[in-house]
Amino acid sequence: MTTMANTQIREDLDIGVQPRTIDMAWTELRDLNSTLQAQAGGEWVIENPRGAHALAVGLQAPLEVTIKGSTGYYCAGMNKEAHVHVTGSVGPGVAENMISGSVVVEGDASQYAGATGHGGLLVIKGNASSRCGISMKGIDIVVHGNIGHMSAFMAQSGNLVVLGDAGDALGDSLYEARLFVRGKVKSLGADCIEKEMRPEHLEILADLLQRAGADADPSEFRRYGSARKLYNFHVDHAGDY
Amino acid sequence: MDQTPRTLPRQSWTFSNEINSEIRRAAATGIYDIRGGGAKRRVPHFDDLLFLGASISRYPLEGYREKCDTSVVLGTRFAKKPIELKIPITIAGMSFGALSAHAKEALGRGATMAGTSTTTGDGGMTNEERGHSEKLVYQYLPSRYGMNPDDLRRADAIEVVVGQGAKPGGGGMLLGQKITERVARMRNLPMGIDQRSACRHPDWTGPDDLEIKILELREITGWEKPIYIKIGGARPYYDTALAVKAGADVVVLDGMQGGTAATQDVFIEHVGQPTLACIRPAVKALQDLGMHRKVQLIVSGGIRTGADVAKALALGADAVAIGTAALVALGDNDPRWEEEYQKLGTTAGAYDDWHEGRDPAGITTQDAELMTRLNPVEAGRRLRNYLAVMTLECQTIARACGKSHVHNLEPEDLCALTVEAAAMAGVPLAGTSWVPGQAGY
Repeated sequence: MTTMANTQIREDLDIGVQPRTIDMAWTELRDLNSTLQAQAGGEWVIENPRGAHALAVGLQAPLEVTIKGSTGYYCAGMNKEAHVHVTGSVGPGVAENMISGSVVVEGDASQYAGATGHGGLLVIKGNASSRCGISMKGIDIVVHGNIGHMSAFMAQSGNLVVLGDAGDALGDSLYEARLFVRGKVKSLGADCIEKEMRPEHLEILADLLQRAGADADPSEFRRYGSARKLYNFHVDHAGDY
Repeated sequence: MDQTPRTLPRQSWTFSNEINSEIRRAAATGIYDIRGGGAKRRVPHFDDLLFLGASISRYPLEGYREKCDTSVVLGTRFAKKPIELKIPITIAGMSFGALSAHAKEALGRGATMAGTSTTTGDGGMTNEERGHSEKLVYQYLPSRYGMNPDDLRRADAIEVVVGQGAKPGGGGMLLGQKITERVARMRNLPMGIDQRSACRHPDWTGPDDLEIKILELREITGWEKPIYIKIGGARPYYDTALAVKAGADVVVLDGMQGGTAATQDVFIEHVGQPTLACIRPAVKALQDLGMHRKVQLIVSGGIRTGADVAKALALGADAVAIGTAALVALGDNDPRWEEEYQKLGTTAGAYDDWHEGRDPAGITTQDAELMTRLNPVEAGRRLRNYLAVMTLECQTIARACGKSHVHNLEPEDLCALTVEAAAMAGVPLAGTSWVPGQAGY
């Protein structure tokens, strides 16, 4: 066993053999993140995450990271270029403010999944709770299951794809993000309307579904976007807020 | 002609000309008044306090000869790299977008020459700002416009903005006139729309979440950067205590006189507490937790002179921040532009339509022509001079009170001119030993 401060990496996997393993049963969070943040690449496996917060945050290179289990808040926060795969479920704010790369969650996601993300791809294979994609700024999010209320609130750009149903007030105060939902939408938020699904949207959707490993027909989805009535304040629309 | 004496026409105090004009404006437009700046109403302030000075019982220090230190270190609790400032006066957060690029550059230049920090705002960090600011605090706001890990890492400190004195509980506002192509690109928004930032952070709620959010920010930045938490003057005792609980290195406390780029006038004038009323509760929270001077306190909202700085420090602050005063030093509301202020229906000193982007001084604008009116080098020098004067004034007072460091000023050095100020500041009414609200009366 090689010890890097409090980080313990299995020696047999630390001689150029991929992947290398970090066991959170024995490793301090600081050592995990500083180790991963210092890498230029490589495959890494995180064992025993035990619901810890801020796992694999601030990564800045094309690492392949697999987290075996479930995580707490902000897993893969501010990710840049790395590809993070979580085999369990994730707590609030997974991939928050992601810049690029990808995060794939096999289980469910708590609230704020992909919040404020600027880029990259977030895939939730289970369900996502409320405020999924809140204030998203270019990230693409694909949820295989359902999403909770107030999702895509103030979403600025990017794409949110939902194979299941959406909760109340979808896309409230939306800007230019595109929302694609296959199932039912409980209600639309302020200034969010259904829009025509044109060929270019079907193309975008097909690509996202393919990249997210989702077996679904793009023609089964509906598209929602901003009515743009609230872009500039007008007293006649004050009641819409 | 009737010679009967008549009473003079009497204006209502309740329905003053000012109030009536606002009623007429509201009736004509159907929208509330939006403006920049902080509270304009008269509230108890630092002017209502006086220093006692030295006497037989206190030795003064010799002016200009005996040392009176003004340095301050911020972020000593957890950060590996605390910020060391030469003066206890920092520049508050103001966004590129609200301010022109030249104005932001001038703030950076002036602050750097004076040995202090400046702060980004809602809209992200510009290269010009980073380049001209030796010490730059990066604000982490609900909108997260332009937020990215690279800028977090190149900042010298991170300020998590929970509230703002001008509008505790309110979000940001930048109207379409100022959303130029560059501003829109930085914020990832369409050009020309009214941009309204959220009032709550999108991915945490409450102090327990905030603690985890701060953990994440520290993990991303290697625990190097001091983490500030900025709060508006709402419930300063509890908000300060919760900020400490959440893991703050520094608490920034902004009273209602603190400025904003734009918000509703009704918000500015009617929500939040005066700066003077906020300091002692915040300091008490720190003291009760055994964290006074361990978690540093920065006070802002209506700081104008070295006397204000000295009074804030005497009440327990470690440093102050200035925003509006810094803009005035750059050239905001300068009478040289009076003719143009008149055309805008206002006058120098009263101009507060910063959101409209037509600032004759070229500061609160994105208009390419107006912006050029502000020379960032000269404006930066004016800010440096102003900061130097404030520091000298603060030192003058501190020496007169016998203090070799401005942090040695204390409430015992003060008295109050009004009952209200005495109660808020927790110092005796002048000429008495009465501190309203203490000792049972």
